[in-house]
Amino acid sequence: MGAAYKTDLPVMMAPKAPEREPILPHLRAWHIVPLVALCLLASPLAFAAEHDIRQPSLSVLVTWAPLLMKGFIFNLVISVSAMAVGTFAGAILGLGQLSPSAPIRKVAWLITQFFRNAPWLVLLFFAMFLLPFQISFFGLSIPLPDWFKAIIGLSLPVMANVSEIVRGAVNSLPSGQWEAANSLAFSRRQTMWLIILPQCVKRMLPPWMNLYSILTMATVLASIVGVNEVMTLTGQALASEGGRPDLLAPFYGFVLLLFFIYCYPIARYTVRLEKKFAVIG
Amino acid sequence: MSWTPADPMVSIRDVHKSFGDLEVLKGVSLDVMKGDVICIIGPSGSGKSTLIRCVNALNDIQSGSILVEGLEVNDPKLDKLKLRKRVGMVFQQYNLFPHKTALQNVMMAPVRVLKQDKAAAEESARALIKKVRLEGKENSYPGELSGGQQQRVAIARSLAMKPDVMLFDEVTAALDPETVGEVLQTIKDLAEDGMTCILVTHEMGFAREVADRIYFTDGGVIVEQGPPATFFKEAKDPRTKEFLSQIL
Repeated sequence: MGAAYKTDLPVMMAPKAPEREPILPHLRAWHIVPLVALCLLASPLAFAAEHDIRQPSLSVLVTWAPLLMKGFIFNLVISVSAMAVGTFAGAILGLGQLSPSAPIRKVAWLITQFFRNAPWLVLLFFAMFLLPFQISFFGLSIPLPDWFKAIIGLSLPVMANVSEIVRGAVNSLPSGQWEAANSLAFSRRQTMWLIILPQCVKRMLPPWMNLYSILTMATVLASIVGVNEVMTLTGQALASEGGRPDLLAPFYGFVLLLFFIYCYPIARYTVRLEKKFAVIG
Repeated sequence: MSWTPADPMVSIRDVHKSFGDLEVLKGVSLDVMKGDVICIIGPSGSGKSTLIRCVNALNDIQSGSILVEGLEVNDPKLDKLKLRKRVGMVFQQYNLFPHKTALQNVMMAPVRVLKQDKAAAEESARALIKKVRLEGKENSYPGELSGGQQQRVAIARSLAMKPDVMLFDEVTAALDPETVGEVLQTIKDLAEDGMTCILVTHEMGFAREVADRIYFTDGGVIVEQGPPATFFKEAKDPRTKEFLSQIL
């Protein structure tokens, strides 16, 4: 196992200096106020200047907000499901990349590289149009809804990235761990499951959470293929309000805020974990 | 195999080993009898560590033969696990499993590899930790122990497999000077208990004290060997003399 593999995942390389400043500035709860204001203020001002008789844009947003939130929750469901499927498949693929058998290793490598170097949107279309709209199972027809296909489509790049995270983490452990386990007569499988992988979990956690954040933000791609998630619903809401231009900023600003409120804590926690693990090593 | 305890426990014959174009071992032969303590000394890059890593098949060899209790290490069909159950190894960098406590490090292999009963394995693990004078550190993680303490846990971990031969690969080279002594004392205790030991070391005083025989390697061959009493006083080869004059 002495072979030095290369990884292009920056988090997998040398541990970071522990005392480094976090990448993101610390946000406090009150920071949300200017953020909200920034997103919402522009349009009412423009609206006021028009002295229109239409309903003020903010109250329109309030009317639609519950529906948009429901859409957002659907995004989260897609993200969690795609992450679960992708992590499971990616873990298997990653272990395949580390297999002692060369054919398994090469096939796993090829699949990983293929899906890792493909645009997410293309993979999403790929899943949408290649998966049948229903599957027959013992004469029973089970329809495959669009959101299900979207989950599969988004889980493909997740799978490939998790595969690389697993491979990178395993290869980042000092070879002495393998040698010590070998010299104690542990089999390869025992070494992997009892000694190597348990140590890798904490190394894999920060990049894995990063990937989850990226995936969550990518779930809006599903709107392009017609899944009723938050972007689709926002578009529909705007259309049913007659396409008022003064509504664009508050509506999309609201969607931005929803994602920010969800993803920012994950990013912060990831940074904290990275710092913590960098110290312990 | 018709190996008997009267035969050498480890018999190395004309071993050649290359890393790519670099030939590290150029025909090394030596025998280690049961209960022997031998020290291999020599300049960096002379192939000492490579040699002992070949004994438990961490490195493979290109030609020659290494017999460990009659098991041919240079046999593609060798059951490496069988070999490694008989040969313990301690490393320069300790290589303890950082996610396990000292006690777990020691009892893991007996439970998982030798399928020993957990309670019995724990009992003997505690006894070994006591033997290496680390009582009270059973539940400490490697990161909480000093280098010398970690190395003694590593020795106990290796001993827990009840090996017939122990390999020590420069086990004090990474230690702070003040903890070297405690590790050497542990090895000395082992040697006095009759454990067969092969050590690669830079501790000449220690080699003189515990070794039955000293081998000096340079450039991938054994240049000179002998019991410590004569080796240090009557070295004949100029390379040995030069090395000793630098180090003593």
